[in-house]
Amino acid sequence: MTRILDRILNRQENSAYKAKERMKLILLHDRTNLNEKVLEVLKDELIGVISRHVEIDEKAVRIEISQQGREQRLIADIPIRAAGRRRIG
Amino acid sequence: MPAKVITITSGKGGVGKTTATANIAAALAALGAKVVCIDADIGLRNLDVVLGLENRIVYDLVDVVEGRCRLRQAMIRDKRLPELYLIPAAQTRDKSAVSPSDMVRLCDELRPEFDWIFIDSPAGIERGFRNAIAPADISIVITNPEVSAVRDADRIIGLIEAEEKGPARLIINRIKTDMVKKGDMLSAEDVLELLAVELLGLIPEDEGVIISTNRGVPVALDGKSRAGQAFRNIASRLNGEQVPFMELEEQSGFFGQISRFWRKGGG
Repeated sequence: MTRILDRILNRQENSAYKAKERMKLILLHDRTNLNEKVLEVLKDELIGVISRHVEIDEKAVRIEISQQGREQRLIADIPIRAAGRRRIG
Repeated sequence: MPAKVITITSGKGGVGKTTATANIAAALAALGAKVVCIDADIGLRNLDVVLGLENRIVYDLVDVVEGRCRLRQAMIRDKRLPELYLIPAAQTRDKSAVSPSDMVRLCDELRPEFDWIFIDSPAGIERGFRNAIAPADISIVITNPEVSAVRDADRIIGLIEAEEKGPARLIINRIKTDMVKKGDMLSAEDVLELLAVELLGLIPEDEGVIISTNRGVPVALDGKSRAGQAFRNIASRLNGEQVPFMELEEQSGFFGQISRFWRKGGG
């Protein structure tokens, strides 16, 4: 029983756990050629383009890569400021 | 029925392509299928040694492609398994001596006479890999539970999909159960989750593989070896049977028996 507890507590110290976490990022990068830096640039450019047409909450913009099986997808979450509330808020 | 062409590849070298090719082919031949193995690793031939047929080579793959002999003359028949044949790689040439279309033509000539054609791919993603994958009906990727092998496997799976030779099916080789238990080796589940492809087989680490290879006898013909059993299971799955994946936690041998006994006794 103590061994099981030990194992759960030490899970994040496991070399296999470390390997898996590292591999997730490595494979994502290998498959998409995208890294954090490129994602930041992409986010800034998207904000630029979209704000020309609609007012958005720039600080809340999120861009993420989602994975399903061997498929990768860019997910952009861009909150729009409601037109009616702008002056009141 | 015309043969299915199976290419076994990995990207990284040394993960078990040749061993897997020899053993799955031998296991299928032992079940009565007519099987031919082609060693596509030109310049670094090894499938002949693993199968114990190295003394019988007269002609090789490049001799066939360049017309110095007929296909039949380059096919070595295994005396233990009369339905198993080998077409060896050339040792003194390089990969550019054969093209992907040569491989397609060769396999088309072999198809009517066989049930299965196995191609042992060289490591890497260059010409040799493209030769090996060109005629494939089924692509098998083999890897080890180790970061560099998994990364290369992912790359190769992507290339197989790009060549429209997918979906790739995965074999995880050399799983060390005791290390997985301690959390010091990626488990089969971890590797499968990372690579996200269909699983074809799990092979435990087994010293019997080296011993069999020393003797030139495929371990799949050894009824007592766990790796041999795992290779026979893969052969059965290729035949369309539903074979459950091996319980890798279960230990064989005397201590395994005892621990199983205790587990049963203790509930």
